[in-house]
Amino acid sequence: MRFLLIEDNAPLAAAVVDRLSLDGHVVDHAGDLETARDYVATTSYDMILLDIMLPDGDGSSFLTHLRLTENRTPTIVLTARSEISDRISLLDLGADDYMVKPIDFAELEARCRAVLRRRGSSASSVLSLGAIRFDSASGVLHVGAAATQLRTRELRLFEVLINAPGMIFSKPALVDRLFSYDEEVSENAIEVYVARLRKHLAGSDVTITTVRGLGYKLEQT
Amino acid sequence: MTRPVVQGSIRRRLLVLLLCASAVLAVLVYFLVQSVARQVAQQSQDNILTASALSVIDSARIVDGSVMVDLPYAALSMLDSITDERVFYAVRLGDELLTGYAELPRPPRVGARGTAQLSAEFLGEAVRIAAVTRPFATDLGRNVLEVSVAQTLSGQRQTLAWTSRLSLAVGAGFFALTVVLALLIARATIQPLDRLTASVSRRGPTDLRPVNAPVPQEMARLVTSLNGFMARLEASLNRSEDFIAEAAHRVRTPLAVVRTKAEIIQRQIHKPENRKAMAEMIEAIDESSRTAGQLLDHAMVSFRLDSLPRDRVDLRALMRDAVERIRPVAEIADIGLDIPHADPATISGDAILLQSAVRNLLDNAVKYSPADTRIEISLRRDARAVRLEVRDEGPGFPPGTSAALTERFARGSNAKGVIGSGLGLTIVQDVVTAHGGRLHLDNQHGGGACASLLFPLP
Amino acid sequence: MRQSALSLALRSVPAALLMICASLAAALEIEDRRRFGPADAARSLRILSTTDTAIFAPRIESYLRTAPEIGIDYIVASSTDVMQAATDGGDAYDLVISSAMDLQTKLANDGHVQRHSSEVTREVPAWAKWNDMVFAFTQEPAAIVVSDAAFAAEGIPRSRQDLIDVLRRNPERFRGKVGTYDVRESGLGYLFATQESRVSETYWRLTEVMGGLGARLYCCSSQMIDAVSGGDLFVAYNVLGSYALQRQDLSGISIILPSDFTTIMLRTAVIPQGAPEPELAGDFVDHVLAQAFGRDPLLSVDRWLSNSEMALSRINLGPGLLVYLDRLKRAAFENEWTNAILQE
Repeated sequence: MRFLLIEDNAPLAAAVVDRLSLDGHVVDHAGDLETARDYVATTSYDMILLDIMLPDGDGSSFLTHLRLTENRTPTIVLTARSEISDRISLLDLGADDYMVKPIDFAELEARCRAVLRRRGSSASSVLSLGAIRFDSASGVLHVGAAATQLRTRELRLFEVLINAPGMIFSKPALVDRLFSYDEEVSENAIEVYVARLRKHLAGSDVTITTVRGLGYKLEQT
Repeated sequence: MTRPVVQGSIRRRLLVLLLCASAVLAVLVYFLVQSVARQVAQQSQDNILTASALSVIDSARIVDGSVMVDLPYAALSMLDSITDERVFYAVRLGDELLTGYAELPRPPRVGARGTAQLSAEFLGEAVRIAAVTRPFATDLGRNVLEVSVAQTLSGQRQTLAWTSRLSLAVGAGFFALTVVLALLIARATIQPLDRLTASVSRRGPTDLRPVNAPVPQEMARLVTSLNGFMARLEASLNRSEDFIAEAAHRVRTPLAVVRTKAEIIQRQIHKPENRKAMAEMIEAIDESSRTAGQLLDHAMVSFRLDSLPRDRVDLRALMRDAVERIRPVAEIADIGLDIPHADPATISGDAILLQSAVRNLLDNAVKYSPADTRIEISLRRDARAVRLEVRDEGPGFPPGTSAALTERFARGSNAKGVIGSGLGLTIVQDVVTAHGGRLHLDNQHGGGACASLLFPLP
Repeated sequence: MRQSALSLALRSVPAALLMICASLAAALEIEDRRRFGPADAARSLRILSTTDTAIFAPRIESYLRTAPEIGIDYIVASSTDVMQAATDGGDAYDLVISSAMDLQTKLANDGHVQRHSSEVTREVPAWAKWNDMVFAFTQEPAAIVVSDAAFAAEGIPRSRQDLIDVLRRNPERFRGKVGTYDVRESGLGYLFATQESRVSETYWRLTEVMGGLGARLYCCSSQMIDAVSGGDLFVAYNVLGSYALQRQDLSGISIILPSDFTTIMLRTAVIPQGAPEPELAGDFVDHVLAQAFGRDPLLSVDRWLSNSEMALSRINLGPGLLVYLDRLKRAAFENEWTNAILQE
């Protein structure tokens, strides 16, 4: 996905850009609202991450500007303030969701997906490989004529794999992506979800291959 | 809210003062009218008596060298024309009585115009005497002829009784009029104060705009002080709110940097023991950020509770919104959220605080639920109360500790490994209590916790 | 004259002798005395009156029918004696009834009379009471009584002017045949004379005419009526009409109420200051007043004045009456009157 991160705190912005890149996202960073307006005028984003307190204005004024220019890019507000005072007005102004810093990136991913799912599927959210089609926004997997609604962790695992077909993901890497850090999980939990996905893919030309000692990869046979 | 110590009433004091003043004035009017009428009555009686005496003295003439007085019939009958009066007279030449009543008292000094009056007692009754004098030359030399005419006072008394009644009526009428005026004046005087009071008390709890309506000069200082006070209060409130927001920002931003970097590092290291250490570090960061967040939340809740607005809050919409908002987090752990029952329900209160309370309950439920379980949220409304219930399939509350759980910083003894400061339920408890409701924490028969918010309906 | 001598004596004696004098004064010249009601009555009313017993008796008897247990002493004396008794020894009587309105008024004015007020007195017309002290219960006209025979040719005169004309034209017929009150002797005569002189100059012309005819002077109405009836007089002027009417036994006389004006005298009652039974006296007064001003036509005050066409000149109760009692005024009037009636 292509993100626009509007955040004035440079160290935090750099860390967030790095972190999202790890998951294969493309992130543009704007340090103030003026830059952000330039970006949204020229580039189409899948998601905007908007900080509330910016040097040249309030995040809410950017939201107002965005909606006035008919720009419907989904927006998640990142706030460092107390949730109690900001929440209602930001949602009223047209933010799709909000998160309180520090950001749990697993949660951010879940929220992005939820936002996209609410907005309905867009062309960019449908991925095809061989005979299968996967709508990452709605989490529906089409194998030929059959359609399956993936459950959360299956979906997240499949998303990781289908975003980089042929690439090998180690078990620890997958655990990082699937579970939050406060969950006590063993790497064997991954095998359960891999087994479920293989069942859904059965009968298609796409399989999840175990690369012994390294991990798993998705490939077309 | 502290009730003001009420002592006296401006309206009553004004009324009492006005009434006192008008009572004094009414009494003055009474005595004034009375005394004027008395004087007029006295004057007219004196005039008649003097006229009578003059008509007698006019009839005096010298016959054969001595003074003859031919008493005119009208001289005495005129004194009896309106009311029956006893009438006395005396005609004296020098000190010698020519005719009439010898014992009739003589007015002490006859004035320059030759007339004098006296009030005295005669033959058992109070009388008014008028005397006139005229120098007379007789055979015996020059002398003074003096005619005194006296009259009893029944007509005078009748007039006085009438004027007394009149002055009483005038006084009473005056008083009645001033009572009405006093009521009107008191009301008119108090009116600007009433209007100011009404306009201030009509305001919502957060409306701290200065009073702009025109007020009378005497109230200008009060309103100026009030406006100044409200401005200070608003500034102070804003400072508190800003302070909390700023504090949150200052604490969370560096935590966010650290946590994000930690996640990046976590991705890049592979030695299991290092990964474990890194996971623990992230966990610690989360815990401290949560704690900071809840502390700030709690401060915000306390702050807002001081001036709780009473808006209509759609509890069902609020609950659905909160559920949708936490759903992505729940889904990460494969926890399902269901709303099996949602009655329409509206209560009055602060939507932001109620949202915070419901969110805290849901946060708790999600935190303590194992993966692949369900949470049921329901809203039921009966005649007397609205009940919002959150049931999970987690370990439940430790028995007998539900009261202690809502204390600040208390955490369930089975909350090991779950991030939370323990302030969550305190916030819930504070918000619900401020809305007149109760928080119930129970364990279900089949296991799992059940937390419910109970709002009584008016 | 004896009476005035006594009053002179009274003025000159020291105050210490007043009691004795009062008892002396009580020994007035009683013309008539009659006891009504039970002789041994526990309460009795003493009435001192100038009215003949026969004329007043019906009122007493009427009262006794409502209060039979009361005894009433009715004593008749001359008006001057009555005045004197009421002034000096008033404590002996409960009620004083007199035709001398002036003297009654003076009694009241000088404080010898009690006030009395009741339901009945409040209903009495204003002219019939004075100061709640003097109450009038009759209206009696001063009449001219003439012999029918003497006026056979000219007809009965209707007014004073008629009478003057007849007298002037026939001085021989009427010389020594006209009579009137001696105002120096009779209180009532003085009252009539002064009031008439006040109303009209005709009085003095008539008096001069009568004086020219050698008028004979009398003390009392009844004597004049008798004289006319007996033929000694042809004209009796200012006779009390009520007395003349009472004398149904007489014939050949006419009672004239002059049409120019008829002087009306009010017979009055007062309660003396020292009355032993003031409440009883008040009760009696109420009874008499109720009869006089009530519905009963037989006893009504103006039972025979109501039909007459004359201009009635009612003598007003009040201090005006005191004027002619003034010493100097009386002396002047009597002097004038004497000059008119005695033309020697």
